[in-house]
Amino acid sequence: MERSQAQFRRVARRRGPPVTLSFDGVSIRATAGDSVLAALLENGALARRLEFGGEPRAGFCLMGACQDCWVWSATGGRIRACTTPVNEGMELFAEPRGMAGAHD
Amino acid sequence: MTEIVIIGAGPAGISAAELLVANGLKPILIDEGMRAGGQGYRRPADDLTLDMTKLMGSEAARYAALHARFAVLRSQIDYRPQTLVWAIDGQRLHLLRDGRAETLDWDKLLIASGAMDRIAPLPGWAMPGVFTLGGAQVALKDQGCLIGSRVAFLGSSPLLTLAAKQYRAMGAEIAVIADTTPFSAKLAAMPALLGAPRTLLRGLWYMAEALRGGIPMLHGVTPVAVEGDGRVEALVLSDGSGRERRFACDAIALGYGLKPETQLADIAGAEFAYDPDFRLFLPKIDGFGRARPGLYLAGDGVRIGGVDAAEASGALAAHAVLSDLGRTQDIAAIRSLARRVTRLRDFQRGLARAFAWPREQIAALPDPVTLCRCENVTIGEVRAAMAKALGPVEVNRVKAMTRCGMGRCQGRVCGPALQEIVAAGTGHGGEAAGRLRGQAPVKPIALAAAEEPA
Amino acid sequence: MSAQTADLAIVGGGLIGVWTAFFLARRGQRVTLIEKGVVGEQSSGVNFGNLRLQGRFPGQYPLSLRSQALWEDFDALIGEDCEFEQTGHLYLAYDEEEHAKLEGYATVSESYGLAIERVGPADLRRRWPWLGERAVAATFSARDATANPRLATPAVARAAARQGATILENSRVTTVDREGDGFSLTLADGSRISCGALVNCAGAWAPEIAERFGETAPVFPAGPPQFVTEPFPYQIEPSVQAIDGSVIFRQIPRGNIILAGYPRTAADPQANRAPVPPVKTLAAMRALARVAPMLAQCHVIRVWSGIEAYLPDMIPVIGPSGTTPGLFHAFGFCGHGFQIGPGVGLCLSEMILDGETPTPLTPFAITRFRTAATVSEKFKKEFD
Repeated sequence: MERSQAQFRRVARRRGPPVTLSFDGVSIRATAGDSVLAALLENGALARRLEFGGEPRAGFCLMGACQDCWVWSATGGRIRACTTPVNEGMELFAEPRGMAGAHD
Repeated sequence: MTEIVIIGAGPAGISAAELLVANGLKPILIDEGMRAGGQGYRRPADDLTLDMTKLMGSEAARYAALHARFAVLRSQIDYRPQTLVWAIDGQRLHLLRDGRAETLDWDKLLIASGAMDRIAPLPGWAMPGVFTLGGAQVALKDQGCLIGSRVAFLGSSPLLTLAAKQYRAMGAEIAVIADTTPFSAKLAAMPALLGAPRTLLRGLWYMAEALRGGIPMLHGVTPVAVEGDGRVEALVLSDGSGRERRFACDAIALGYGLKPETQLADIAGAEFAYDPDFRLFLPKIDGFGRARPGLYLAGDGVRIGGVDAAEASGALAAHAVLSDLGRTQDIAAIRSLARRVTRLRDFQRGLARAFAWPREQIAALPDPVTLCRCENVTIGEVRAAMAKALGPVEVNRVKAMTRCGMGRCQGRVCGPALQEIVAAGTGHGGEAAGRLRGQAPVKPIALAAAEEPA
Repeated sequence: MSAQTADLAIVGGGLIGVWTAFFLARRGQRVTLIEKGVVGEQSSGVNFGNLRLQGRFPGQYPLSLRSQALWEDFDALIGEDCEFEQTGHLYLAYDEEEHAKLEGYATVSESYGLAIERVGPADLRRRWPWLGERAVAATFSARDATANPRLATPAVARAAARQGATILENSRVTTVDREGDGFSLTLADGSRISCGALVNCAGAWAPEIAERFGETAPVFPAGPPQFVTEPFPYQIEPSVQAIDGSVIFRQIPRGNIILAGYPRTAADPQANRAPVPPVKTLAAMRALARVAPMLAQCHVIRVWSGIEAYLPDMIPVIGPSGTTPGLFHAFGFCGHGFQIGPGVGLCLSEMILDGETPTPLTPFAITRFRTAATVSEKFKKEFD
């Protein structure tokens, strides 16, 4: 399957203002109130790459317990995607910048 | 003034707060979530155009009632949402709010920390597209999203069919509902399940309806693998008759019942005992939920009982707080609540047999299967560590040698399965396998949180 | 109950005990090691994992350097890996007074043959770009290393067992008595062990045995709080320590940053508890963020501690009993026993079997506590 194909499927619209963010350099549209993870998974099937070997992860528990959806901000910040709402202009990455592909 | 702190704004925490307010007290209610209600009953965001009646069916009214009650309660308590309790040091809570560390001293502490799904791994389960069953419901209620378009429900729980029903109502295709417990085991447990609360009756009803609706509903399956190249493409199962079957899907909801989130109770000093029915170490409590002087535990965070038991046990624990403060109590009301809590929790014990935790299947999982998602530890690595002379004989030693359970989630996800792998390896049973202890910080905290305000 | 005979019994399955068992068994001795819990459970298993050479107590250098050679040969000697990494150790000074202190340490280290590199402010951030602005000078010792304490002690215990040593876990010694020229031990399960010589390396619990034979040492039990972060991109190669004691940290190649907290926290050996107060977690986090500001968003995911034994002069007891022939002590390692563990085991085996060891150990005699003990400046700083 295509990685760009959405994992989540929206079935209830949100009334808030539109928000634009980016993930791995690709622009993503979301609505204020969406979680970062929902925004990412409505646009693909990836939240982060595992530190050990780089396998793709897209969250698991969706309720802040499993800690498997931490994404990187452009400035090295850490964001737990399932419990953090989207913000206009967020620049997010599946891996720390400059480290993509560097796995043991 | 006596500071009464409640952790968790789910049905248990809300019910406890209500009773305290009714007795003229003003508790502090701390919740990690943005909106009250807990994981199961979280208030939907106002801006989400979600048809709750369609989604929740007969539960919708109850849902609305809880949030109406909370709306009344909110101004009468000190409500602190989006606040993480990351450590407890004696009578002091360490909080994290807006990215900053702060403290709060308590005299009475009531923990209603809720539950999360209990997970059994299977080959490929760490792949994008596999989510917890509870998570699948949270995605829908909190975000208005389905976890996929064609979803398989795997595990052992009446909630599999309940969630599948909700998903179908919202337009998802259901690939399969696959339960690892044989139907015969469910029938055998039926006598113990008479007097079932509504949730279960609904689950069983939907089970029958699912069959009528043309959704494959399998009992007694053995999960074989999640297939896919970087994301879920199919779930492969061995059905009750041993035939391998492949169900194309783009998401899987995985759940084997719930397990209490006991980390805070642990660091608050509760003692634990092994529960052979649930095969989990649970905090020891008296009939009111007292764990030690001043510490009260309620809801699914201490014993799985469902929403009704959560509300009743929250109120019961609040009665214990009042009683320990020397307030006069309505004995009849307390007795009635205690009976209710006991009945509902006993019922869950019966459910644990009807929807069994698949410990033999876990013990038989192949070596390459990931056990610890955080630290990327396989079942084979755990077995290899155990095979060494002077090797690990209990979970904490396995943890020390393999890093299993040492990662960001602190073993919340892998803990129950690790316990079974160790128990099977030693042959000494689940209790001897020991338990992963809860530790502060109960969730990760950034170095920046420790900065003192300028 | 059963009775066994051994040439030697060792009480305490920490790093010292298992190395001693290993060297004795390798020389054909029948060794029984008795551990009340599991091997490496206390300070041996929970310490920071530093194999630091620079800045040690001067009288300890011969022992320390001998020990480092054993760590460097760990895989061949023990037959297992313990994540030994020769990372080097970076000592930071924040002002000129500390700089002078660093220089003093460096001179001592060099006099024992250790190569110390002095790094000025211009080179500090060029070589270690993650360093914040605070440090004014540093010394770097390339031979210093780190290892994983969780893996090392059990691995040495397994190697000792392969050499024929008997390792008894979950066995508590209840009585120790003189029996002829040797000793007789009773365990909690009622079994008895008769042995020719007895090695007491029971850490915070060691004085109980020493006192049985009319001597003691003023052991203070404490726990070093330790913290670990989530994995971050690997870039901090050396083990790093500020000379003011405010921060000690290292990053492992997996990416996690391990952080030791100061001051240490009093522990309770009777209840077997070594708590990590949350305020210490916060203090350690602040200290790390100050020295390496780019880690501000890195998350701490776990904390731990264990019980270790301290002595007021901040150096251990190593050597024969002052009252009882055949009894040997090695305890009170004051938070720096991990590096010298293998060397202590080797020296004890030589003392016991050859009557002497080429490594000078006089400063560590238990008899020094017969007179009023000197209290080290360091001791006052180490605890709350």
